[in-house]
Parts: sequence; structure tokens; C-alpha cells
Amino acid sequence: MTLTLTNIAKTFPGGTKALLPTDLEIAKGEILSLLGPSGCGKSTLLRIIAGLETPDPGASIVFDGDDVTHQSVESRKIGMVFQSYALFPNMSVRSNIGYGLKMQKLPKAEIAARVDEVIGLCQLAPYADRAVTALSGGQKQRVALARAMAPRPRVLLLDEPLSALDAALRNHLRDELALLLRQFGITAIFVTHDQDEAMAIADRVAVMSQGQVAQIGTPEALYRNPATGFVARFVGDAMPLEGRIERAHMHLPGGVLTLPQAGDGQQVLVRAEDISIDPQGPITGRVETVTFLGTHYRIALSGVMAGPLFMLHAGLSAPKPGDEVRLSIPPEALLVLPMEMAA
Amino acid sequence: MMRLITRHVPLAVTLLACAFLLIPIIQSILAGLTVNYFRGLSSGLTLKWIVQVWELYSDSIFLSIWLALTCLAATLVIGVPAAYVLARNPGRITRVLEEFISLPLAIPGLALALALLQLYGTVQGFRTSWTFILVGHVLYTLPFMVRSVLSVLAAIDLRTLEEGAASLGAGPARRFVDVVVPNAMPGILAGALTVVTLSIGEFNLTWMLHTPYLKTLPVGLADSYASMRLEVASAYTLVFFVMIVPLLMAMQWASARAQRIMQ
Ligand SMILES: Nc1ncnc2c1ncn2[C@@H]1O[C@H](COP(=O)(O)OP(=O)(O)OP(=O)(O)O)[C@@H](O)[C@H]1O
Ligand SMILES: [Mg+2]
Repeated sequence: MTLTLTNIAKTFPGGTKALLPTDLEIAKGEILSLLGPSGCGKSTLLRIIAGLETPDPGASIVFDGDDVTHQSVESRKIGMVFQSYALFPNMSVRSNIGYGLKMQKLPKAEIAARVDEVIGLCQLAPYADRAVTALSGGQKQRVALARAMAPRPRVLLLDEPLSALDAALRNHLRDELALLLRQFGITAIFVTHDQDEAMAIADRVAVMSQGQVAQIGTPEALYRNPATGFVARFVGDAMPLEGRIERAHMHLPGGVLTLPQAGDGQQVLVRAEDISIDPQGPITGRVETVTFLGTHYRIALSGVMAGPLFMLHAGLSAPKPGDEVRLSIPPEALLVLPMEMAA
Repeated sequence: MMRLITRHVPLAVTLLACAFLLIPIIQSILAGLTVNYFRGLSSGLTLKWIVQVWELYSDSIFLSIWLALTCLAATLVIGVPAAYVLARNPGRITRVLEEFISLPLAIPGLALALALLQLYGTVQGFRTSWTFILVGHVLYTLPFMVRSVLSVLAAIDLRTLEEGAASLGAGPARRFVDVVVPNAMPGILAGALTVVTLSIGEFNLTWMLHTPYLKTLPVGLADSYASMRLEVASAYTLVFFVMIVPLLMAMQWASARAQRIMQ
């Protein structure tokens, strides 16, 4: 199903502009992630698509040619997975999953067959007859997904579905969820504030900031060509360099860097993985701390600029704290982007 | 010596207090079972006073049960949706409304009855009908039902549960039946037992509203002490006890259960 959103905005009573006018198009079978920091309006946008929140006048939400802007939640045929799962504590796992089918007034036998099918897909067979209160967080999460998917919704909406889980389980379920969503072949919108999660699950990511979509694109495009400093910082943790720019050169306390293009009046950002130790490098820094992270070391450097600068080092050994090191950054790895208004 | 005092004095006080509460009850029960109370237990034990109570006052017993059940039905029909609306719209207006519903708790039953009499006392068919007492009982017990259901509903994330049901295609009525009521059940149960117990035991208000043909259990009790042999009145107390104590115990159990849900 194709989803077309036009001019979606939300002003809450009291005047909070949670969402500025936004247009968005999601293709059939596409998984789109809404990524952004807390309070940027991700949930608001998702809840407007679901019908749980009314957008400001002038909005239009179209599901495959069917204008649902003024339809109630229950008639939109959507599936929703909540952060807290919202499983019905008064029903078993099976009844939870079958609830949407029961609402469609399907024959009992068909409900049972389809519930079993989803239970199989989500690997819930051992828990099917338990009370939902007797499940672990990960199991609850899968029941919530199964319950949303069983009625075969037109679009699946997920609001931070993994954030209630601990880190190890979250990473595991993240990959599992990405696989399941593709198996179902469903159009899905996935809200998260975790860039790794967005990258792992989504075909395209919409990075949001202060009620607006800052940039939308594939994870790779966002990483390689961020449109704003905000996107660069949020996707791939780019660090702004603090120095003086003169045409295609940046003067830092630790040396002079060559930029890929003239950057007067703009900002320059760099990612930790693009900085390398190089005896011939143009800048010098002092090693402050070294953290071993398994596949690489994370090194905090001082003296390059006023604040600390972090780099990732992938050798078999790392310099010691206190060492002076020479560094290089390939010009094409430096992100020259327009200055932003102070937020 | 000091230790002995600090250990035994509180125990003795507790036992004395228990005795103070229990002895009149035991005495009253015994009085209802003895042939002649003034001659004491030596006159023998009998059930004839209880039979007599049944013959004289069975109407009161049935009226009380009927009132309690209709009162329960009314408080369920009004109270559960009211608690739901209050739980779904937390805010200043609902807080005021909640206080408003609780107002009858702060007013003595007597005053409430007088107000009812002033308002409706002249409406002929109504004044002499059992529904007049019912209105009083509903006014008096409704806050207990609303509060009990509300406290359970406030403890669960009702809004998200309902949003989940709505996303699965459930309209407002289905959500109320499938999600709200089952999850409020511990509160409804505790509230229901409180309402029945209070309705059966209510005296102040009922005494003001009753007519000679409409005596409830406690009003009949007062009447029996005023106009019957002490043995009959005592037997009446025993009957009253047998009806109210299991209710009280069930009420304790239900509210303990509701309390557990809320944690
Ligand atoms: N019911 C409401 N009434 C008033 N303001 C609201 C309401 N819901 C959200 N907001 C405000 O709208 C803005 C966006 O909220 P939203 O929940 O969409 O953020 P979010 O991106 O989902 O954040 P989070 O990651 O914390 O969930 C916030 O400033 C929030 O305070
Ligand atoms: Mg949110």
C-alpha cells in the first residue's frame, strides 16, 4: 500500500507546535523509519497517521487512493505496536492475537487458523495459551507484533517498539524484527530515537528535528551526504570542528586541514572513524584517554581544537595517554555544511 | 520488671478491648437463643425466637435484600461508566465532579433524607414506594462504587489499552465491554460488596424515609427492640449478623485483591 501524507501539522491545545506542515510519501512494502531526538514530533506524526491524534485543518492522509483523513482509528485498518505493548492483561496470548480478527467478525475456524499462522511466524507456539502477564519483555514484544499483524493491516505503525527492552535483547530483536517485517512484506513506519535501530530496520529514514523532517533518504545516503549539521551529528555522530575557515583550508590549533571545497561561512564536521594516525599527517594532538572496544580503540584527543576530539583506531596496539600523535583526515571525509540557527 | 510491664500491658489492653467489643455481641446472640433471658441460660436454649423473627420480619429481610440488589444494579449502571469517564479525562473539571459525587459521604444520612423528603415528599406514589428508599441508598452508596472502580482504572494505562483495541478495529462500545470492564473487575467487585453491605446495614437515612409498610432489616431491628421481647430483638440481631458478617468478610477479601492490582 502506498501512503501519501500532505500538509500534516499539529498544534496542541496550549499552543505547542509538535509538528510543522509535513509531506511524506511511503511506497508499497517500504519500511520507513522516523528518527529523531526526544520531543521532535515522531510519535505525534505516527499517531496522526493512525488516527489517534487529529491533525490541524488542511491535512490529507491517503492510503492507496482511500482518503482516511476523517476516518476513526478503528476503521482505518492499521496495525499498531506500542512502546508499552498495550497487551490486554485480561486475555491470553492467543486471544490477544485473535482480537483484531474477532473484530472483523470472521468465522471461529478461520480466526483460529490465522492466529496459529501468525503464532508460527513469530515463534510464539510455546507461549500461545499463557496469560500475557506471564511473559518476558521480548515475548511480549513479539505478541504485540503478532497481534498487530494478524488482521493483515494496510500499514503497520510501530512507536519505539524495542525501547522497553534491555540492550542485548534489543539488538537481537532488532534484526529479528527487520527480518519479520520483510517476510510479512508490509508497508511499515517505525519510530525510534536510536540511529542504529533505524539503519538496521528501515529502507529509508526520515530524520526529524523540532517538528520537521530535516532529511529523508536511505541510511547510506544520509550517512554519506547529510543535508544539515543536525543530520550529520545524529546519523553517524559527526563532530563539529572548531576552527577558522579560509577558502578550502581550516585552521585548527593543532594544524591546517584541507577541505574538499571552499567553506567560508560554513561549518565543518568529521566522524571519529575518518580520523587516522599518520606520521606524515598535517595536524597534531595529544592522547588523553584510550578505551578498548574489541574491534578498535576509541581515543580522546586534546590540542587539535579547543574541545576534545574523538577518533577510532583499528590497530593491534594503541598510543598511550600523554603521547603526541600526528593525524590525517582525507578531505573527502570532511563534511562542509551550512551553518544552522542555534537551537 | 520494666520489660514485663512493657510486654504485657499492651497485650492486656488489646485483650480488654476485644472483650469490650465481643462480650455485648456474644451476650446478645445468647439472649436470642435462651428461653428466658432474665432467668439466664439455665432456662434452656431454643430456636423459637428466631422462628418468631422470621414470621414477624421476613418482609423486612426480603425488602433489604431486594433494595441491596437494585441499589447494586443502579450503582453499577451509573457508577462504572462515571468512573470510566473520570479516569479517561483527568483534569480539574473531573476532580471537581469526583468531589461532587462524593458529597453525600460528608452529609449526615439524616440531612440527606430530609433533603429528599423536602424535594419529593409530596410526590404521592413516590413517597410511599420502595423506590424512594432506593434513591436514598443509591445516593449514599454511589461514591463508594465510583471511588473503588476509579482507583483501579487509575492504576492501569487505560488510554493505551483502548488505543490498542481501537487500532484493532474495536469501536467505543466494544472497547468498554472487552477492555475497560474486565480490567476494572477487581474494583467493580470490591465496590459491589461495599454497596451491598452498606445498603443492607444503612439505618439513619432509611429510618427517615421508611413507612410502616416498608421496613428494612436495620429499621426492623430498631422496631423490634422498641416493641418486642428482648429475646426476639436479640434473635433479630443474630439474623442480622448472619447476613452481614459474610458480606463484610467478602468485602475485606475483595478490597485486598483490588489493592494488590493497584500495586
Ligand atoms: N497531548 C499533548 N499535549 C500537549 N503537548 C503534547 C502532547 N503530546 C505531545 N506533546 C508535545 O509535542 C511535542 C512532540 O511530542 P512527541 O510525543 O511527538 O515527541 P517524540 O518525538 O515522540 O518524543 P519521544 O522520543 O520523547 O517519544 C513535544 O514537545 C511534546 O511535549
Ligand atoms: Mg514518542
